[in-house]
Amino acid sequence: MVYLTRKAEFSASHYYHNPAFTPEQNRALFGKCNNPNGHGHNYTLEVTVKGEVDPRSGFVVDLKRLKEIMQREVLDAMDHRFLNKEVPEFADKIPTTENLAISIWQRLDTKLERAQLHRVRVYETPDLFVDFYGEA
Amino acid sequence: MKAHLSRRYLFSASHRLHSEAMSEAENQQTYGKCNNPYGHGHNYIVQITVSGPVDENTGMVCNLVDLDGFIEREVLARYGHENLNTLQEFSGEVPTTENLCIQIYEIVQRGFPRAHLERVRLEETMMNAFEYAG
Repeated sequence: MVYLTRKAEFSASHYYHNPAFTPEQNRALFGKCNNPNGHGHNYTLEVTVKGEVDPRSGFVVDLKRLKEIMQREVLDAMDHRFLNKEVPEFADKIPTTENLAISIWQRLDTKLERAQLHRVRVYETPDLFVDFYGEA
Repeated sequence: MKAHLSRRYLFSASHRLHSEAMSEAENQQTYGKCNNPYGHGHNYIVQITVSGPVDENTGMVCNLVDLDGFIEREVLARYGHENLNTLQEFSGEVPTTENLCIQIYEIVQRGFPRAHLERVRLEETMMNAFEYAG
């Protein structure tokens, strides 16, 4: 089994808010991240796939295809967007780094052709990242 | 859905690698430049990885404010800007990054129950890192 990782960067804004909480609860829990005007990050995305090496091509997966899939399924939807307002799954789910990693996994999972998705890692900042391995 | 959250922190500290159980010659041979009597320093990066279900109400594995507060109080304040060899924590063992990594793991394991601790990674320099998962 060989593991291959492809990186991509995207810039997006978001804010943290739960409409089921009072304004005071939201502020206490989320602090400055609750500002409804949002704030932004340069996110780094690492997609790790796993599989056996194809003896003819020497590839686990065709990187050109993986790059296209990541562009179409993730970056087109999220890059230079306000996540809460422009990405459908974040209309009713808080766009935390955790939920971003899960959402990106769900967007990619069924679209890969040969290899299997192993891990999605999302860096919100260089010092904060989340890994999702598809575990329920 | 279970996710793994990792957070990185920096602290600076000095240490000297020297074992009372070894002779001068053996210390020199084992530790080389790290045995120099005045010690030397590092900007350590400690990376804490916790895992758990993503809370439906908050979208989080654990609240970063809680984790940051705990690490600041129990790890960074304890080891930051110290000479590790002078600390009571290292009165009985050599302050290698292995031993420091295990100590930090045990501090977090004992004192931070809000999420499951997966592992602690400690980067001594850009070229070497140590991980301990219990």
